[in-house]
Amino acid sequence: MNEPSDVTRTPPPLAVPPLPPRTTILRLAAIGGVMLALVAGFALSAGWLTPHRLTQHSFMTAFRVVDGRHPGFRRNHAKGLCVSGWFDGSGQAQVLSTASVLGPRRSRVTGRFALAGGMPFQPDAPGKVRSMALRLRPPDGLEWRMGINDIPVFVARDAREFHDLLLAGRPDPATGKPDPARIGPFLAGHAAVARALALVAARPLTSGFGDDTYNSLDTFRWIDAAGRSVAVRWAMVPLQPVAPSRAGRDGSYLFEDLIVALRQHPLRWRLVVTVAGPGDPTADPTLPWPAGRRQIDAGTLTLDRAESEDDGACTGLTFDPMVLPPGMAASDDPIPAARSAAYMRSFWLRSGEARIPSAVSPAMVATGGGQ
Amino acid sequence: MNRVVRFSALARVLHWLMAPLILGMLLVGVFMAATEGPAYATLVALHRPMGIGILLLAAIRLANRLIVRPPPLPAAMPAIQRVAALGSHIALYALMIAMPLVGWGMLSAGAYPVVLWGAVRLPPILPHDPTLFALLRQLHSWLAFALFGVVVVHVGAALLHGLILRDGVFPAMASLRRGRREGA
Repeated sequence: MNEPSDVTRTPPPLAVPPLPPRTTILRLAAIGGVMLALVAGFALSAGWLTPHRLTQHSFMTAFRVVDGRHPGFRRNHAKGLCVSGWFDGSGQAQVLSTASVLGPRRSRVTGRFALAGGMPFQPDAPGKVRSMALRLRPPDGLEWRMGINDIPVFVARDAREFHDLLLAGRPDPATGKPDPARIGPFLAGHAAVARALALVAARPLTSGFGDDTYNSLDTFRWIDAAGRSVAVRWAMVPLQPVAPSRAGRDGSYLFEDLIVALRQHPLRWRLVVTVAGPGDPTADPTLPWPAGRRQIDAGTLTLDRAESEDDGACTGLTFDPMVLPPGMAASDDPIPAARSAAYMRSFWLRSGEARIPSAVSPAMVATGGGQ
Repeated sequence: MNRVVRFSALARVLHWLMAPLILGMLLVGVFMAATEGPAYATLVALHRPMGIGILLLAAIRLANRLIVRPPPLPAAMPAIQRVAALGSHIALYALMIAMPLVGWGMLSAGAYPVVLWGAVRLPPILPHDPTLFALLRQLHSWLAFALFGVVVVHVGAALLHGLILRDGVFPAMASLRRGRREGA
């Protein structure tokens, strides 16, 4: 060593025989190889080396391609209204699940009604898919979130199929309708999607958000006190009289009707849980379960207040269907995990963006629907 | 008294326990942030308790590092390498502790429940604030890239010491011997 003055710090180390140049080069190459392998593993995990992998980014891109760029809004179900109220568990579903929200107690509810699609200013129309999203908070804080829809089945079996359906069905700028040359071949090659879309198109349409039935579509597993699990789907079934859909009016009539109804009286739904029979499909949300399955009345949802999204409590939330209390879990249905992932990405993007006022404005809510 | 040549046994156990944990955590993190597959939910459920585990281990490790002095660097090491070694170690400790805290704060600001296991949930450490959520989510990514970068350089430097320089720095952490001192 060439620094004899430094001996006070540490004694000189034992002399290391120098490596032959060839060995040095090989070892340096090995070190470089290890570092490169680490970087490659990281890039592979992040999807940077596999451009065709379906990512959260792919979904954000698909919604932008189909519905345009709307900073600050949800990438799907963009037009909506916040609501709040409570849920009273009946206790009857406790035979299926230990989730405290199902017990005989009251949970606070923050919710949101919305129209499917990424266009925050789309005009309401009778046939557009309506959704109810809920965050149920029992007193112990073990909350349950859901986003449920007024269609009988979901329109795709997995994330890839839904992504490809979105792009295949995007409106032609000239006609405003899907391009038959694109959607036709897609449906021909995706029989499950075609069947599901036919079921969706054949559903009875009600007059509005308040008298509609909303279905989980996806299958979850509920776990009882003994650790046994059953596959379930559920629905919010209105206690209001159901009226058939009238001809659509312009603008935001569905939301205006909802605001008016909530000013007059609370709206209520029964939570009806359906238990799968042996052999019922759980991994495929495009397939309905046969009628006559065991059903349990799990409680009553009451909504009594509306707020515009511009100042509403539902805006800074994602109704991530994987936010489940103990006693509820995912099934082999791949859609809830895909929604969870896409919602996280959408929530992240929109929360960092400045937004313009919503279609359903605070003034509309304050004046009872702008009529 | 023989001179100190190795890290304490606790420091070495924690180092080799955390090395695969942190590397695995980074790979799980970037994978789940870029997937739409069913693995997403499973990985998120794994990511949260792993992150809190790393935070706890990092706290023990930092305390141990401050109490038990590490072995001195080789006398012949140039000043610039000493600065690099110290700087990268400070960066590693800071990121090991900051990453889980930013993740926890991000979930808090986004009003997500911080689920560890079953009914075990952590309380929020920040108020519900979507703008803050977006900021912390972005920061969580940037810090992950930074941590990964420092880890790769750290691995490269360790191998350089072990295979080329052979100056005692590598066995100071990689030795299986019991004590901290020479001859032990």
